[in-house]
Amino acid sequence: MFLINCPFCGERDQSEFSSGGEAHIVRPKQPTELSDDEWAEYLFMRKNIKGIQFERWNHVHGCRKWFNVVRNTSNDKILSVYKMGEKPPVNYK
Amino acid sequence: MPNYRIHKTEYIDETKRVSFKYDGKTYFGYEGDTLASALLANGIHLVGRSFKYHRPRGIVSCGAEEPNAICQIGSKKDLTEPNVRATELELYEGLEASSQNCWPNVKFDIGGINNFISPLIPAGFYYKTFMWPKSFWKKVYEPLIRLSAGLGKSPTEPDPDIYDHKYVHYDVLVIGGGVSGIIAAKMAAKNNLKTLLVDDKKILGGSTIYQNNESIKIDDKLSSEWLKNEIQEIKKLSNLTIKTRTSIAAYHGYNFLLAKENLTDHLPEEKKKNKIRQRLWKIRAKKVVIATGSIERPLVFNNNDRPGILLSNSINKYLDYYGVTCGENIILFTNNDSAYETSISLHKKGIKNIIVDLRKSASSELIKQAESLGIKIYFNHVVTNTFGYRKINSLEIMRLSEDGNTTVGNKIRLSCDCLGMSGGWTPMVHMHTQSGGKLDFRDEDQVFLPKENSEDQISVGSCNGDFDLENIIDKTVNKINKFLDIDNQDYQDTNIICSKEYDKRNIWLLPNKIPLGKTKCFIDFQNDSTAKDIKLALKEGFRSIEHVKRYTTTGMATDQGKLSNMHALGIIADTAGVKMGTLGTTTFRPPFTPLTFGTLVGRNVGKFFEVVRKTSMHEWHVENNAEFENVGQWKRPWYYPKNGENMYDAVQRESKAARDSAGILDASTLGKIDIQGSDASEFLNRIYTNAWSKLAIGKCRYGLMLNEDGMVYDDGVTTRISENHYLMTTTTGGAANVLSKLEDYLQTEWPELDVYLTSVTDHYSTASICGPNSKKILNKLFPNLDLNDENFPHMSFKEDKIENINCRIMRISFTGELSYEINIESKYGHSLWKMCIEAGKEFNLTPYGTETMHLLRAEKGFIIVGQDTDGTMTPSDLQMDWIVSKKKYDFIGKRSLYRSDTMREDRKQLVGLLTDDPKEILEEGAQIVSNVKSKPIDMLGHVTSSYFSPNLNKSIALAVVRSGKTMKGQKLIIPMENKNINVTVSDTIFLDKENKRLNA
Repeated sequence: MFLINCPFCGERDQSEFSSGGEAHIVRPKQPTELSDDEWAEYLFMRKNIKGIQFERWNHVHGCRKWFNVVRNTSNDKILSVYKMGEKPPVNYK
Repeated sequence: MPNYRIHKTEYIDETKRVSFKYDGKTYFGYEGDTLASALLANGIHLVGRSFKYHRPRGIVSCGAEEPNAICQIGSKKDLTEPNVRATELELYEGLEASSQNCWPNVKFDIGGINNFISPLIPAGFYYKTFMWPKSFWKKVYEPLIRLSAGLGKSPTEPDPDIYDHKYVHYDVLVIGGGVSGIIAAKMAAKNNLKTLLVDDKKILGGSTIYQNNESIKIDDKLSSEWLKNEIQEIKKLSNLTIKTRTSIAAYHGYNFLLAKENLTDHLPEEKKKNKIRQRLWKIRAKKVVIATGSIERPLVFNNNDRPGILLSNSINKYLDYYGVTCGENIILFTNNDSAYETSISLHKKGIKNIIVDLRKSASSELIKQAESLGIKIYFNHVVTNTFGYRKINSLEIMRLSEDGNTTVGNKIRLSCDCLGMSGGWTPMVHMHTQSGGKLDFRDEDQVFLPKENSEDQISVGSCNGDFDLENIIDKTVNKINKFLDIDNQDYQDTNIICSKEYDKRNIWLLPNKIPLGKTKCFIDFQNDSTAKDIKLALKEGFRSIEHVKRYTTTGMATDQGKLSNMHALGIIADTAGVKMGTLGTTTFRPPFTPLTFGTLVGRNVGKFFEVVRKTSMHEWHVENNAEFENVGQWKRPWYYPKNGENMYDAVQRESKAARDSAGILDASTLGKIDIQGSDASEFLNRIYTNAWSKLAIGKCRYGLMLNEDGMVYDDGVTTRISENHYLMTTTTGGAANVLSKLEDYLQTEWPELDVYLTSVTDHYSTASICGPNSKKILNKLFPNLDLNDENFPHMSFKEDKIENINCRIMRISFTGELSYEINIESKYGHSLWKMCIEAGKEFNLTPYGTETMHLLRAEKGFIIVGQDTDGTMTPSDLQMDWIVSKKKYDFIGKRSLYRSDTMREDRKQLVGLLTDDPKEILEEGAQIVSNVKSKPIDMLGHVTSSYFSPNLNKSIALAVVRSGKTMKGQKLIIPMENKNINVTVSDTIFLDKENKRLNA
């Protein structure tokens, strides 16, 4: 059971959060200009990394804020959290 | 009655005699006993039958690893518990226990015949034999096998006991209260760290607490005396919490652990009453010290499972802790020094004993001590067979060959009434591996050890492979200082004398002249798997340890292979000719020992099992005999039966009344989201498929919300209350998810939008009145409100007061009737509802539930998201192209509507179905086909909604059918179990296509 450091509320139990999948996938500004393949890339394609992964979490039973998490999926260690709109920390690739 | 209690100990209170029943017979023990020690004191070894061969089995151990002495406690239907280990169960007055692996009884067991046909029951026997005919498994084989193998009985009535959960946070958690755990806890607590020490036993001290050998000393005291002092010391520490009778069940990531505390299991019946039985501790610790110790290994030789054969160290504990000897003529069979401690202790109390040692020679102080006491030792010998049916009475030993692979010389037969086995020690690495830690294999003594310790977790003591007392204390102190980053000097000058040595001669499967196929060398006592079974599995091609485990069921019983897994691995490695370390281990899964469901569930039973949401009108519905339907967590009135009506009759009556005069529905559960901000209109434009910018203030509009993949996600009516203020309604079940989704887009994709969302579902209660007389009822409730169609048309909104309380009134309709929804602050909901009912009396205003609502909307062909859709329906599939704006540049899901797959013409599409026989009601979920002749039959779709319409006096249905849009008028077939039902595809709107009723 993770202990997640919500950037707005502090450390809370995982049961207060819901996971929102991969982070930094930006919704295309002009979807109608995209080919089927390009749209499918946005819509369906997600990484499933063993190692350091950037993901979105929502403090759904808390402040309801979405934020980003850097997590090592091989040992579940959360390496960093940062707010939506902030740049991902550069020391993780 | 024999008495094997031969001396007094400080742990047994002989002034407090306790009577208990075992298999119906009354015995006595003392306070401080476990059920096992009390049975042994009464000379009882035989406690059960083995699972497969029904061989007599006796107590083997003194702790959690016990495979045989598992019993059924209590006999009441609500208060009986199976699979309780007698070695852990503390004795109390009035305890009733019975052996469970036998039928009809433990001394005469019908399944014992399996023992004699055992050559016919190899590994995988059940898989191989009880296969055919298939139907026999459920009806014949399984019940018979279960009856004779009696795996314990579960209670058949609700558990009356109270269970509790508690969350705690600590700086340091120490698991295990033996020497190393006590040292670790003391060091942590003295350094001002908030510390929790847990131990599964009644008292702290582990196996050192009853140690009494003069050659093992700390600071010139017996190690047990020294430890008792330490325990007194730590009890004084204010920031140390000690929890005994508490075992860690699971170790999850981020140092989150579950512990079970036994609070009343050791108390007599009358003292248990109204007390919490067990508490589940949910522990978050910054740092965890694992000091779970090790357990002794059995040895694998022919007939090593007879009653009277125990682990050597357990014999020692029964003697020195409980004052009970396991026999009067004991043989100890060992490959290391530990058995000598037992031997010397037995000798001191006058119990005759002999040692059979696998080693060629050994010369530690301990062995010299035994030799000087005149204890007979057979070095380089191996036990090759044992005798005695219900209890061991003699055994045979032979000399080992130079390489240890075979036996040589003559058999020597020795008589005995008890045999102790010591195959060395297995570190309890369960906690370490459960938390995700990896293991290393140490070749010298063939043990798996924690590979690495992380910054927030460490293993110390014998669970880390440190067996020597000097090593345990020194290493623990050094490691804890480093781990907690402290500088504790308490143990700087501790002087330790330990004369034990830790060399051993490890042979996994002991040699024998008898061919393996004719031996019974048990590895897993509880599941009856033998060395032969493991070898057979390998012969049949199984290689992975995980596969061998499942095929032979080794390690899969309630003891989870605590005594057997290592031997299984060892024999596999030897047979396959590989190094044991390369095989890995099977996975150590929680819980460490079985947990009761009660403990896991805690207080969440009965009405606390699940959250229940009720509307403010709920009491009225209850008083008026409503049947309720669960919608998410909500309780919604389903229908209101009158005078013993069934659901069908009630729904027919309610539906008719709603269309003929007036009906009223509690619509409070619909999700309500308050949307405000200068960009609210733009936000709705992006969320819904239709256009919102031009919606006038005071008007309502129906909206369809898609997922980004183009599939219908939710629907509902949204009202523009003012320029920058909307009230959105969602489906009852979808409310939370819709809010979440809207927040997601607002926060992550469109943070530039000035929009604020608030869930107001619980803040407003809603009464929905429909039917031709609804306007008259509204007029009575709101006499000043202009209800004229021109000023208050369909899809519009007005505010008014009722008894000075604000109401929001929407003229919207989900039934196709003239209909008004009155929203009021929830605290007034109940009063409003009663006023509506009162005002409606003269118009036969009929309360109706969700079932009638579903019927009425189906007559109008309105969809229910989640019933007529299933996450694969586009607006076009629902024949709702009219609601998808062509002009808007973008909205959620728009691009997906032009994907090749969503544009396919042969998608499943929503249609109406009319049965040829108008009385025939289709089953929801029924398959739809066009013919039943050519096989395989092509499935075209399924029925999503089906009712008998009292207003049309015929059966109607909605369905999704492949290319349905083009099939109007076509004949289709619904094949049912006994008949084929003929239907015709129709329009989805069955009633009032012209919407005359909306403005009636």
